[in-house]
Amino acid sequence: MHIPDGFLDARIAAASGVLALAGVGVALRTVKRTVPPRRVPLIGLAAAFVFAAQMLNFPVAGGTSGHVIGAVLVAVLLGPEAAVLAMTAVLVLQCFMFADGGVTALGANVFDMALVAPVVGYTVYALAVRLAGTGLRSRLFATAFAAWCSTVAAATCCAGQLALSGAVAPGAAFPAMAGVHMLIGIGEALITTMVIATVAGARPELLTVGGDEAELPRYCGTVVTGLIVSLGLAVFVAPFACGWPDGLEKVAVVLGFAPRAAEQPLIPSPLPDYAVPGVSSAFASTAVAGGVGTVIAFVLAWILARALTPRPASVCAGETRKESDRA
Amino acid sequence: MHELLLSPYQHRQSRIHRLPAGMKLAGAGVFVMTVVLLPRTVWSAYGVAAAILLLVAALSRLPPGRLVQRLLLVEPFALGVALLALLQPNGLEIFLAMLTKSTLCLFCMVLLAAVTRFSDVLQVLWRIGVPSLLVTTLALMYRYLFLLFDEAGCMARARRSRTFRADRWSVWRSSATVIAQLFVRTSERAERVYAAMCARGWKT
Repeated sequence: MHIPDGFLDARIAAASGVLALAGVGVALRTVKRTVPPRRVPLIGLAAAFVFAAQMLNFPVAGGTSGHVIGAVLVAVLLGPEAAVLAMTAVLVLQCFMFADGGVTALGANVFDMALVAPVVGYTVYALAVRLAGTGLRSRLFATAFAAWCSTVAAATCCAGQLALSGAVAPGAAFPAMAGVHMLIGIGEALITTMVIATVAGARPELLTVGGDEAELPRYCGTVVTGLIVSLGLAVFVAPFACGWPDGLEKVAVVLGFAPRAAEQPLIPSPLPDYAVPGVSSAFASTAVAGGVGTVIAFVLAWILARALTPRPASVCAGETRKESDRA
Repeated sequence: MHELLLSPYQHRQSRIHRLPAGMKLAGAGVFVMTVVLLPRTVWSAYGVAAAILLLVAALSRLPPGRLVQRLLLVEPFALGVALLALLQPNGLEIFLAMLTKSTLCLFCMVLLAAVTRFSDVLQVLWRIGVPSLLVTTLALMYRYLFLLFDEAGCMARARRSRTFRADRWSVWRSSATVIAQLFVRTSERAERVYAAMCARGWKT
């Protein structure tokens, strides 16, 4: 999902860069104010942990393999701001050392994967915990659903950036990115939830550190990062959600993204006209699919949480049966 | 493969290696910006950019094979996104232009990583006023990345040597356990790192 150099229009890259800077700045301030110094090294090591965890491959169907993305995992374990920092560090290192993700697209990549993914994920997590309660099973359910939502949200934002840049037709970008990531999100939810369940079993106190903060965002900083993320989603995704066919162009004119190829030959026209007619129907069908997918993910998350929660009663029942067998 | 991926810096005695890191970073930044902002159809400009990169590569005396290997390692990601561009009218031209641009930029970054240590990049970031918390995070991450990577590798190998049932579900479950255990060890290590930092007089 890393956007390479050369795919984004200059305006989209700049807008994402500004949003990413603002979001990371707010996260830095919040971490400085709220995270005790004892836990600061953990953020750096958690970034290394995410990187190492991403190297572990899981077999998926047909000889392909995938890896965990880790944004929600770190957000649940360390809190949203620390997760923003850790994911930003991962992306910066990937960009400068491994040429994975472009330099000019670094802002967009940070915005998608280090801001949208953990902040959306954590907000969903906090809301779900508030709705379902703070027991282990509802925590696991919240984690699974949040992991799925965050993956899809980050992919949708990425698709919006690519489509607004004119690199990919919107009719192709949204179904491809959001559709594929709805499937990837299931894998991400599975792994993240299993990891959280194991950590909860092995070292429950590690989970309660993040868990104490598992209420609705109460720090001012969390609200501000949430606002920045919403603003970005509004800029990058909302133009495509308008029902009328020329809504995209109107929004483009208002936001200044309108095609002005003749005036600015240096910048390739971001919204070629021919891409517009297919938008509303393609986006509408993607939105419907997204809605159905969300409901399915919600149900799957609940089933997964039930399956992963250890049930003391049944364990006891099994042991007594064994004992009775022996007797 | 891992060694290729994880140690991009290649030590050589060359003029390019001896340049200050800030200059190399700025140069790479300007190059990438220029290539990205070029109009899509100016193929001669792409030729000039490629020539500049090849010249720098030759001056830095890096083994060409390694550079090409690393480029091929990261190229599929760009290709994947570029393929989506084919699904629109006039797509082939956009596809070729974007692929050329991203390949040039990738090659530039591969070169930069091969001639610049990441610790030098961190010093530049520090000097240009990136918040210290972010630089500390990056430095700690880079310091422990290889350690944690080795640890993850050991744990994954141990898991493979003990998992005899290889159905997908059990592989997923045990890999998730490996990741969870890796996090537990990471947080324990972070506690020790913090104690060591305090013992050496670290202040926020």
